[in-house]
Amino acid sequence: MRIGIPKEIHDGERRVATTPEVAVQLQKLGFTIAVETGAGAAASFSDDAYMAAGASIISDTRELWSSSDILLKVRAPENNPKTGRHEMDLLHAGQVLISFLWPAQNPELLKQLAAKGVTTLAMDSVPRISRAQKMDALSSMANIAGYRAVIEAAQHFGRFFTGQITAAGKVPPAKVLVIGAGVAGLSAIGAARSLGAIVRAFDTRPEVKEQVESMDGEFLMLDFKEEGAGAGGYAKVMSPEFIEAEMALFAAQAKDVDIIITTALIPGRPAPTLITADMVKSMKNGSVIVDLAAEQGGNCELTVPGQVAKQEGVTIIGYTDLPSRLAAQSSQLYATNLRHLLTDMCKAKDGNLVVDFADEVVRGATVVKEKEITWPPPPPKLSAATAAKAAASAGTAGSPAEARSAKAGHGKTSGGGISAGTFLVGALIFLGLGLVAPASFMAHFTVFVLAVFVGYMVVWNVTPALHTPLMSVTNAISSIIILGALLQISAPEPTVTWIAGITILLTSINIAGGFAVTRRMLDMFRK
Amino acid sequence: MIPGIEGIVTVSYIGATILFILALGGLSNPETARRGNLYGIIGMSLALVAAIAGAVTANYALLIASLVIGGSIGLVLAQRVRMTQMPELVAILHSLVGLAAVLVGFANFLGHSVVRPEEVSIHLIETYVGILIGAVTLSGSVIAFGKLSGKISGKPLILPARHALNLLLLAVVIWFGYQFVAHAESGGGLMPLLIMTGIALLFGIHMVMAIGGADMPVVISMLNSYSGWAASATGFMLNNDLLIVTGALVGSSGAILSYIMCRAMNRKFLSVIAGGFGTDGGGAAPTASAEPQGEVQSVDAAETAALLLDAKDVVIVPGYGMAVAQAQHVVNDITKFLREKHIKVRFAIHPVAGRMPGHMNVLLAEAKVPYDIVFEMDEINEDFPDVDVSVVIGANDIVNPSAEEDANSPIAGMPVLQVWKGKTTIVLKRSMATGYAGVENPLFFKDNTRMLFGDAKKSLDAVLKALRDTASR
Repeated sequence: MRIGIPKEIHDGERRVATTPEVAVQLQKLGFTIAVETGAGAAASFSDDAYMAAGASIISDTRELWSSSDILLKVRAPENNPKTGRHEMDLLHAGQVLISFLWPAQNPELLKQLAAKGVTTLAMDSVPRISRAQKMDALSSMANIAGYRAVIEAAQHFGRFFTGQITAAGKVPPAKVLVIGAGVAGLSAIGAARSLGAIVRAFDTRPEVKEQVESMDGEFLMLDFKEEGAGAGGYAKVMSPEFIEAEMALFAAQAKDVDIIITTALIPGRPAPTLITADMVKSMKNGSVIVDLAAEQGGNCELTVPGQVAKQEGVTIIGYTDLPSRLAAQSSQLYATNLRHLLTDMCKAKDGNLVVDFADEVVRGATVVKEKEITWPPPPPKLSAATAAKAAASAGTAGSPAEARSAKAGHGKTSGGGISAGTFLVGALIFLGLGLVAPASFMAHFTVFVLAVFVGYMVVWNVTPALHTPLMSVTNAISSIIILGALLQISAPEPTVTWIAGITILLTSINIAGGFAVTRRMLDMFRK
Repeated sequence: MIPGIEGIVTVSYIGATILFILALGGLSNPETARRGNLYGIIGMSLALVAAIAGAVTANYALLIASLVIGGSIGLVLAQRVRMTQMPELVAILHSLVGLAAVLVGFANFLGHSVVRPEEVSIHLIETYVGILIGAVTLSGSVIAFGKLSGKISGKPLILPARHALNLLLLAVVIWFGYQFVAHAESGGGLMPLLIMTGIALLFGIHMVMAIGGADMPVVISMLNSYSGWAASATGFMLNNDLLIVTGALVGSSGAILSYIMCRAMNRKFLSVIAGGFGTDGGGAAPTASAEPQGEVQSVDAAETAALLLDAKDVVIVPGYGMAVAQAQHVVNDITKFLREKHIKVRFAIHPVAGRMPGHMNVLLAEAKVPYDIVFEMDEINEDFPDVDVSVVIGANDIVNPSAEEDANSPIAGMPVLQVWKGKTTIVLKRSMATGYAGVENPLFFKDNTRMLFGDAKKSLDAVLKALRDTASR
């Protein structure tokens, strides 16, 4: 089958749906590739490079669309303002279109595609399950957006990100606040950290704390208990009390930080307003806000989608095309996502695409099959299990924390603290023992208890790496029991003498063997 | 006997005690450990010389013959044993301590030692308890040895109503103890003592037979602890403080090890003793079948080599499979090769990897892996997100993500090495069989996991060859 790569016509779109490198791999699956003239130019992939990769270059848009069996695009079909022709008109029945589509926002488009009989897969509808991660274009684009957001901020920020002590004076590091620690947020944290800034992050889902910390960011905790995890790894709408507490946190942070990057999105809703005009006003002159939610209305009240706005001395960046601003990179990742999807749909590697609804990834992504709208997909099979799991983890929301605190409690006990109950019982037993046992026994018992404590203190210091030598050496010294036999060997009774002899034999095996093997092992431990 | 020797003997015993404590203290790091072992040897010699000088008056020939023969056997054993067999050796040595405790107890009972009248009862109880612990240690260690060396199946043997049986045995032991004390004062008591010894032996067998292979580290440490308590009880019987102290040191050491092992498996000590893995919850099988089975992606040695050469940060996670395949030397060769290429290689050791505490460390040390690149789970677990390639060699349950992710898993809550957080994980495995816990491992189905099937030694030999080929090209 032939794959066609049209040039993107959306204003300002620089990405392209395949790269020369990926084109080579697609051909290995048995496909032939046709690329529209100049399709990759904006992303720095020349026609020559595509040609060298074995793709044919077609200058006539109409021919490219009509002659291809599969069309790979970035943006959904739309009207071409230059030619006045809608891309829909170029499609015909039996073709397969794969691109971003946003079926929820574009029901009209779905109907048109179904009417035409164009099987359509929406890259934004690939289910978010672990097997489909390699096809998850939303994540790869979010990753780029997060990175680019930091670069854009750096562009408009008049100072260093990193702190420096120079001959000309001290430069404090920039403070960056990232709101929303999804893929984009984490990527922004990483990028800002590697530029040297102090990075704080906030998210309504406390479980992302570890991820933030793994990126070397500081997680801001809200002193408020509410779970923010919704379906599919997104956040949900929070209660008014929570939002109030959250806003207070942002207001305090706004006065302190230099750069705010907001990435808060709730699926299917306008972006929540998190940074009010007052907060912007309270920020230092020269501060920068990058609003990654600009397309959905923005997290900042003053965001102008698609524009850079200067308000109250603060630059507010509302670009909606951040991935496209890193066109070569995003094209490469997007093309690879597409390739993984095609690999999944062409298991025979014979160049024939199979839309197999048994494959839940394909089922989830397919929004139109021939003349039928298949969106929204039925809940994926797996989601029952995941939902149960999510329910379990939500039901036991506190469970990891509880487990941790239980563990901490445990650690404390082992550290020497003994609960009052145990202490009381122990004291009573000792008291009882003291009442009945003869004095000589109690003297020995004292020695015994002290020795247990000494052993306890000493052994906790043993490094785990030496636990085996510890066992063999304790084995050797526990053969001190040989003293018992030594005391008996001179007894008048022959039975006793012989038993003692055997005991000495056995224990000396143990003594010699234990010490020798310990030595042998310890000699191996070398730096 | 030399006059005034008693004071010198006592002083020597105190010296020996201090030296033993220093011996254990020295193990806090490998540098001081060798000196610690020397202290232990000096302490033991001191105690022996003092005891011989202070107590032995006859039968020198027997004494010397026993010492020489026993000592030689011990030295030969220590030289011959392979490091992979350490758990077996330690188990069998424990049984000797147990046996010695039993014999000393009997000899003491038969030898009619002089005891003050008001201390007769307690002395008899001490004898009884000493023999009891010794016998349990003896039979338990023998069974543990059998299980570790493969002579007995590693599967837990679960008798019906085993808890009731154990309680019954305990009650019988207490009753016979009462009989023993009652009769011994009038000169009898050998019969109850013998019966109790038999019961204690049975109890030891039953106890270890019911424990599964994966719980072996706990059992070994527990028996280690018992051998100490047996020595301590003998010390009470003989009114000897050196025995009491040394026994207590060993006993608490073993107890701490058992505790550490149990914590590493997130299991209660009692539930380990009560029975093997997968037998107590009954939830294992349904969870395993409900687990979504994905696709396994396998790789060959050449691809593994390429992945390793591309990496900057490699972590190797060894498990019991490495010991079985005797692969530690190849592992070291690969490590050396990668380190020469300036690739950071580290080892991550789970506390219960292998069959006894610290087993993997000893194997790696034997293969001359420098110990400063060998890390404990807690030291390295946070670093996995930055790791390029993790190589899991013959380990399963200790890298099972369901311990953290699946609340219904039988191993839920057990701390595990989070290899799946790294970029790529290569798992060396003979087949897709489950680990000792009988739990499916979702790690194998993760997107960033590659399986290298085959015998660990052969696979790693091939990887090493591929590495050298790539480098020479």
